[in-house]
Amino acid sequence: MINVESIYWLIGLLFVGWAFLIARDATHPRRWGSSAFWGLLGLCFFYGTAVEAKTAPAWVLGIAVLVLVALASTGLLGDGRSKTTSEEQRTVHAGKFGNKLFIPALTLPVVTVIIVLLAPVLKIGSTPLIDPTHTTLVALGIGAIAAAVVGVAILRPKNKLAPVFEGRRILETIGWAALLPQMLSTLGILFTQAGVGTAVGTLAKGVLPSGSLIAAVVVYCVGMFIFTVLMGNGFAAFPIMTAAIGWPVLVQGFHGNPAIVFAIGMLAGFCGTLCTPMAANFNLVPSALLEMKNKYGVITAQVATGVPLLAANIALMYFLAFHHA
Amino acid sequence: MLVLIGVLLVIVGFAIRLNPLLVVTISGIVTALLGGMSPLEILNAFGSGFSSSRSVTIFVVVLPVIGLIERFGLQEQAKALISKLARLTTGRVLLGYLVIRQITAALGLTSIGGHAQTVRPLVFPMAEGAALRRYGTVPDKVREKIKGHSAAADNVGVFFGEDVFVAVGSILLITTFVDTTYGLHLEPLQLAVWAIPTAICAFLIHGFRLLRLDRTLDAAVKEARAEETAAAHVSPAGGMA
Repeated sequence: MINVESIYWLIGLLFVGWAFLIARDATHPRRWGSSAFWGLLGLCFFYGTAVEAKTAPAWVLGIAVLVLVALASTGLLGDGRSKTTSEEQRTVHAGKFGNKLFIPALTLPVVTVIIVLLAPVLKIGSTPLIDPTHTTLVALGIGAIAAAVVGVAILRPKNKLAPVFEGRRILETIGWAALLPQMLSTLGILFTQAGVGTAVGTLAKGVLPSGSLIAAVVVYCVGMFIFTVLMGNGFAAFPIMTAAIGWPVLVQGFHGNPAIVFAIGMLAGFCGTLCTPMAANFNLVPSALLEMKNKYGVITAQVATGVPLLAANIALMYFLAFHHA
Repeated sequence: MLVLIGVLLVIVGFAIRLNPLLVVTISGIVTALLGGMSPLEILNAFGSGFSSSRSVTIFVVVLPVIGLIERFGLQEQAKALISKLARLTTGRVLLGYLVIRQITAALGLTSIGGHAQTVRPLVFPMAEGAALRRYGTVPDKVREKIKGHSAAADNVGVFFGEDVFVAVGSILLITTFVDTTYGLHLEPLQLAVWAIPTAICAFLIHGFRLLRLDRTLDAAVKEARAEETAAAHVSPAGGMA
């Protein structure tokens, strides 16, 4: 069975490979710091397998993660600006290959979707070929490999490892932001364990005037929004706001339809995801990936959708979830 | 209540633009100490937090193929293709992508797009290509705005599309949480159906903004040109293409 751990090992292998390329690059301005960062990050992906299986202590990985943060925040990590084609060369290539260039880009989603759809019937004996709990991740990993192979076959780069070299170029433009989503998810775990959720829930209850339906709907939705902004995702906000207001006040007190209250409540949280740097993989990684000067530029573009949509969710919940006399 | 200091640290840290990695780490450690966790428990939390969240770094596997096709001019080709289609403006390109992204996400095909998979190699170059056709050259400020909106179209599309699909993480989280905590029996399908009104509102609000984006860009280009000409002490060159 191809399980999700093999995909994490693929990621680890890529990081270690890139660390090796950086170590060999004498012109790199932060050669050893960068190589150490990406190499250690890669090793963490391998070691994580043992942590998940509970065969190795997690604190070792904890120390490694703190070392990564130290490397990144003390300026030891830099962009080596690895060699690639010039804009003129690219225009010439584009003229030569034309729309064939889109084939590898399309291979990726097509292969991914085919594998996702076929996964339930792909079996060796009675064991599924692909880990049924992480089908999409495994499919995406296989899709990416297939797309790289198709790309090399069509474009015929002089060096067959060109995808690895070019991948390093993009990775280095992303830099430390590549690690941020995982760190934020850890922060969410620490917040929950330390009781931040209960504290916010108590605060939310405190501001709620009793007996007003519209006030309760507003506090629930705005609470989901704010808490999502602070934690970076609606998943962490949902249990807390639902335990504080959604269930006791909106469903039990005002007899709201639970499916509507909870579905729209979660989506009110998603409006918060549009507005927060804490949702790094949606808002900060893309600005690094697009090489934007302002790393909050994606959020700037989204706030004017997130806030009106929160208002829309409040209205939808108020009018759809309750029987109005 | 003391643990909320950690939340405050995050806000202050982001506001004064410290390295976010450092902000998050320090806030995590402070919060955990205030919450009474021991140093070993904190290290364990960092370790297990890292290993259980490795899936968010999956975007790394697509970098090699995207890098390769960029090397051979994918972005240039995407621009060239769009610049031939006279009716496509930046706003309309992004609106088209929003539609595709939202519908495919609603069908459960979230991995079909994404910032590494589609926005960098295809969506942004096409949006920029449309702007190049309209304005001739694109000032940096305007390019920055197009980048932001390219990523935004992807996020809005996937966030408010995926919840219409029943087997998505957030729907399953709701049903598991409320079913075990409150003894309800909510079907994922009931929740998915009630995600549709919000999905429609999201499309209307963001779609409206994208249709207006072209006018905003017109004004921004004009402004940037005026600044350039003022800086160069040259008399204004009249109307623009």
